[in-house]
Amino acid sequence: MARVKLLKLAHARSGDKGDTANVGLIAYKPEYYPLLVELVTAERVKEHFKGICLGEVERFEVPNLHALNFLLHQSLDGGGTLSLKTDAQGKTYSAALLRMEIDVDDAVAREVGS
Amino acid sequence: MKTVRIANGQGFWGDSLQAPIEQVRRGPIDYLTLDYLAEITMSIMQKQRARDPRSGYARDFVSMIEEILPDLVERNIKVVANAGGVNPEACRDAVVEAARRRGFGGKIKIAIVAGDDIMERLDDFIRRGVELKNQETGEPLASIRSRVQSANVYFGGRHVAEGLDKGGQIIIAGRVTDTGLSLGPMIHEFGWAPDDWDKLSAGTIAGHTVECGAQCTGGNCLIDWETIPNMADIGYPIIEAQKDGTFVITKHDGTGGRITVPSIKEQLLYEMGDPREYITPDCVADFTTINLEQDGTDRVRFSGIKGLPATDLYKVSVSYSAGWKAVGSLVYGWPDAYKKAQSADRIARERLDRLGLKFDSILTEFVGVDACHGALSGPPSPDIAEVTFRMGVRSEDKKAVERFTREVAPLVLNGPPTVTGFASGRAKVEEIIAYWPALIPKKEVQAKISVVEA
Repeated sequence: MARVKLLKLAHARSGDKGDTANVGLIAYKPEYYPLLVELVTAERVKEHFKGICLGEVERFEVPNLHALNFLLHQSLDGGGTLSLKTDAQGKTYSAALLRMEIDVDDAVAREVGS
Repeated sequence: MKTVRIANGQGFWGDSLQAPIEQVRRGPIDYLTLDYLAEITMSIMQKQRARDPRSGYARDFVSMIEEILPDLVERNIKVVANAGGVNPEACRDAVVEAARRRGFGGKIKIAIVAGDDIMERLDDFIRRGVELKNQETGEPLASIRSRVQSANVYFGGRHVAEGLDKGGQIIIAGRVTDTGLSLGPMIHEFGWAPDDWDKLSAGTIAGHTVECGAQCTGGNCLIDWETIPNMADIGYPIIEAQKDGTFVITKHDGTGGRITVPSIKEQLLYEMGDPREYITPDCVADFTTINLEQDGTDRVRFSGIKGLPATDLYKVSVSYSAGWKAVGSLVYGWPDAYKKAQSADRIARERLDRLGLKFDSILTEFVGVDACHGALSGPPSPDIAEVTFRMGVRSEDKKAVERFTREVAPLVLNGPPTVTGFASGRAKVEEIIAYWPALIPKKEVQAKISVVEA
């Protein structure tokens, strides 16, 4: 097993709805999608965003797009115009999620060059 | 099979002024759609209308239409925009006047979709027990009634289609959903029934894909971003729609940007909630049914889309005044840039404390260190070249926020050294306009759709 950043396995885009940020996480290859489903759980994402996400994390599977969608509740200091944050819309949370490290087979790690 | 080309030329009010003009002039299109409204926009427009009853809409829409009028008339291109804001009638009158001035009187018909503005009816609703509860907190609207600045129902594609059915070539709407702007032309062209949920969902998903303009053609695209061709001349998206509910997302030949299956996936997930339940006034679209395939360079084909029946509720967007805020910043340079910025933060907070000022929130960020990703960023290099100290406060008490703005700039002289970046002056006090999402039974609200000739 080897530890790799999600950045090597997936790309992402994030946005907002009020005080909730959404992060769509998309596997680079269909083979990586089951890894994301198994390892990038709502609990792990909540832990990853400790100090940023103050509410619950919900996860939705989008198998046809080989993607997961996360809702990070209470993550934007009130959201919209209430928020004092630079990133009041959570636009950079996509990349923040890609910082997460997961354990994968050596073969996968070699393939993604880590 | 007939193909209808629906181009998006505006992803938000403030998007590229050139994009709609290029969409019209650089290739064939049948429709041009433009999204002007965000939640905050409605409250700005309400304030404008309160000062001048002939304002309260997107004025730059009128000058843009004036420029492309000859193209629209000559090639019979139709325009759908929610540029009407809180005053679609005034927006229409301004377009009519511009058309006549340019010699197009009698040559173009303009429809409005109004009736979405329920500001005047709020007290009546509350009296009759239509509570307009906040979808997030469950509180009734009565709790903030006196602070409400705008209240609008979201209409959908069917209302846009009705304006087109009545002969409108330019459709000026108030609060119509972003997706409805593109779905409307499909309903009009293909005659989709109000309960053809799969087709309506397909059109809705097409609308969602293009509603943020260039964000589906290579803009803000993470995957392979460095190799996206010619972003300076990025093409805006075009839907090639067909009657069976399949469609292709593409852009004009010769424009920059990129459209691939992965880049489209990014946009599909943008601002997504539950992907099986994307609720609009027209239907409930299921994003887990989408089948994507590359259909040549810069072309992605969508098929297989399924949907569920619409709900019997409209979404309501209420904006209300929620206090005041201000944000100030200073830049600290090497050496010890981060330490100096942290020191400035401690000093500023102590001074605010001594003044006895109370805020609902004080937030400090160190731009260059942790503003985007917080603790996930890890510690900065001890040799970091510069750090921006950025402090914001929020309060119901305007005077406290005003006083705060006097405490940041003085740090240049009475705080840590090698500091700059104060040239923009004192932090500005801004009114906070918050957003109150609610639902209302559809039977409570009727769209008002009418057509006039220029």
